[in-house]
Amino acid sequence: MTEAAVRAEGLVKSFGKTKALDGVDLEIPAGTILGLLGPNGAGKTTMVRVLTTLLRPDAGRAWVAGHEVAAEPQAVRRSIGLSGQYAAVDENLTGYENLYLVGRLYGFGRRKARERSRELLDRFRLDEAADRPAKGYSGGMRRRLDLAGALVAQPPVVVLDEPTTGLDPRGRLDTWAMISELVTDGATVLLTTQYLEEADQLADSIVVIDKGRAIARGTADELKARIGGERLQLIVTQPEQLARATAILAEVGSGPPVVDEGVRRLAVPVEGGTKALVEALRRFDAEGIEVQDVASSRPTLDDVFLALTGHAAETSETEEDK
Amino acid sequence: MNAVAQGVRDGSIVTWRNLVGMKRVPDALIGMTVQPIMFVVLFALVFAGSLGGDTYREFLIGGIFAQTVAFNVFFTTIGMANDLGKGVLDRFRSLPMSRLAVVLGRTTADLGVGVITLVVMSLSGLVVGWRIRGSLLDAIAGYALLLLFSFAMSWIGVFVGLIARNVEVAQSVGLIWLFPLTFLSSAFVSIQGFPGWLQPVGEWNPVSAVAGACRQLFGNPTQLPGFEVSTAWPAQHAVLYAVLSSVGIIAVFLPLAVIRYRRVASK
Repeated sequence: MTEAAVRAEGLVKSFGKTKALDGVDLEIPAGTILGLLGPNGAGKTTMVRVLTTLLRPDAGRAWVAGHEVAAEPQAVRRSIGLSGQYAAVDENLTGYENLYLVGRLYGFGRRKARERSRELLDRFRLDEAADRPAKGYSGGMRRRLDLAGALVAQPPVVVLDEPTTGLDPRGRLDTWAMISELVTDGATVLLTTQYLEEADQLADSIVVIDKGRAIARGTADELKARIGGERLQLIVTQPEQLARATAILAEVGSGPPVVDEGVRRLAVPVEGGTKALVEALRRFDAEGIEVQDVASSRPTLDDVFLALTGHAAETSETEEDK
Repeated sequence: MNAVAQGVRDGSIVTWRNLVGMKRVPDALIGMTVQPIMFVVLFALVFAGSLGGDTYREFLIGGIFAQTVAFNVFFTTIGMANDLGKGVLDRFRSLPMSRLAVVLGRTTADLGVGVITLVVMSLSGLVVGWRIRGSLLDAIAGYALLLLFSFAMSWIGVFVGLIARNVEVAQSVGLIWLFPLTFLSSAFVSIQGFPGWLQPVGEWNPVSAVAGACRQLFGNPTQLPGFEVSTAWPAQHAVLYAVLSSVGIIAVFLPLAVIRYRRVASK
C-alpha cells in the first residue's frame, strides 16, 4: 500500500433505481483531514457506510489503513472509529458505560476499557455527567459522547459523518477544536459535512460530491479560485437606479455583474480588490446613485457549490438513504 | 481467538449491556412479571371450580409455566426491533466484534427475564395451592427444561424482531402467533377436548410437551379428571420431546437469526 490511509476506486452503490454512488474515487494521505462536501442525498453517508464496512459496494474497491474493505472487514473495523450523524449512544447506559462497552467490544480487557473511558470522559468534558444515563444528556453532550466512542481505541482512521449537524454554534466550535486535535495526534480523518464553512475550516483537502459523483476536488483555496477571485457586492437604495448601477459595475468589474432585482443587490467579480471598490463608489457618487450597503468578499464555498452544480448547496429533494 | 470464543465473549458483553438497559427501564420487565401472576390467579380462581378444583390447579401450573415462557418471546422480539431502530446498532457493526454477539446478547439477557418470571410464577403457584411433589432433582430438571425452552423460543423472537424491523410492527406480529401456539396445547385444558382433526396439532405442539414434562417432573397430575392419559408419542415421551423440540428450534432459528441480522444490518 501507498501512504494513503484511505483510498477508494470507482465506488458504485445503487438502491433500487437511485445511484447513491456513481464511481467515486478518493484518497486521504495519512495524518490529514479530507472533507466530503455535498448536500443531503449526495451520497456522503453511503460513502461513509461503504468505507466503514457497513455497506458493500456494487462495484469498485476501497482500502482503509492498508486493508481492503470487502476482503478484510474485521481488520478495517479494528482500524477505524465511526461517529454517525445520529448519535449512536445507548440511552439507557451512562456515559461511562457507553464508552466501556465500546472499549470492551474493541477487545480491551476490563481494566483498560475502564481507564480509557474515564480518560475520554475527562477530555470531552463529560466527567461530571459520566455516571448519569445518557437519556438525560443534551444534544451536544450526546455528540461529544458519540465522538468519544469513535476514539476509544485510538484508531488510525476516524470517520465522522456530519459531526456538527444539529449542534449550536458553541458545540460546533468545540467539535471543530476536537477534530483538529485528532490530526495533531496523528489520526487520519474523513469528515462529511453539508456546511461549507466546516470543510473550509478543517479540511486539508475537499471532495465535493453531488448525485453520487465527485464533481470537484482540491483545497478550499483551489476551489474558490475556480470561480474567480474577489467579488464586490452592492445594494442600491432606489430600484430605478439599478440599470445605471449595473452599467457602471460592468465597466469596473472583471466579469458580467449579477443583479438581484428583488433586493436591489448587484455582485460583480473584480480584480484589484479595494481599488475597484473605491472606483465603483466614486462613480456611483458622481451619478447620484445611493448605496445602502457595500461589501467586498472572497467567494465562499457556497458560491463554489452553486457554480459547480448549478444549484445551491442546501437544496435537497430526497433524504439521504439510511 | 476463534470465532465461537469471540462470539461468546462479545455476546456476554452485549448481554451485560441489555441487562443494564432492563434495569434502567424496568417497565417492560414489570409487565412480564405481572402477566404470569394474573394468569395463575385468574385461571386458578375462574376455571378451577368448573374444571376439577385442586387437581386442575396443580395441572394448570405446568401449563402456565410453559405458556409464560413462550410468551417471553414477545419481550425478545420487541427488544430486538427496538435495537434495530437505534444508531447504536451502527456503532456495533463498525466495531471489530463478533457478528453473533448482538443476537446472542439478546437471547442470553432474556434468559434472565425467564428466570425472574419463573420465580414469580412459582411463588404465585404456591399461593394458589400448587406444590412440587416429586424429587428435588426432578424439580431442578423441570426448571432447567423451562429455561432451555425459553432460550430456544428467544431465537424465534429475535428472528421475528429482525423481520418486523420496527417496534410498531413487532408489537402486533410478535404477539399474534403466540396465542394459537400456546392455546392449541395441553397448557390449560385436555387435548382430548379438541375436535379430532386438531388433536394431533396439540399433541405435537412443543408447548404441550413442555407443560407435560413439567407436570411429570414436579409430580403434578398430567391429565385432567375425566380424560384418559394420552397415548400419543410426544405425551408419552414428554421430557425427551420437549428437549428435542427445543434443540430443534435453536438449530433452525439461531442460524436464521444470524443470517437475518447480517442482512438487516447491512442495509
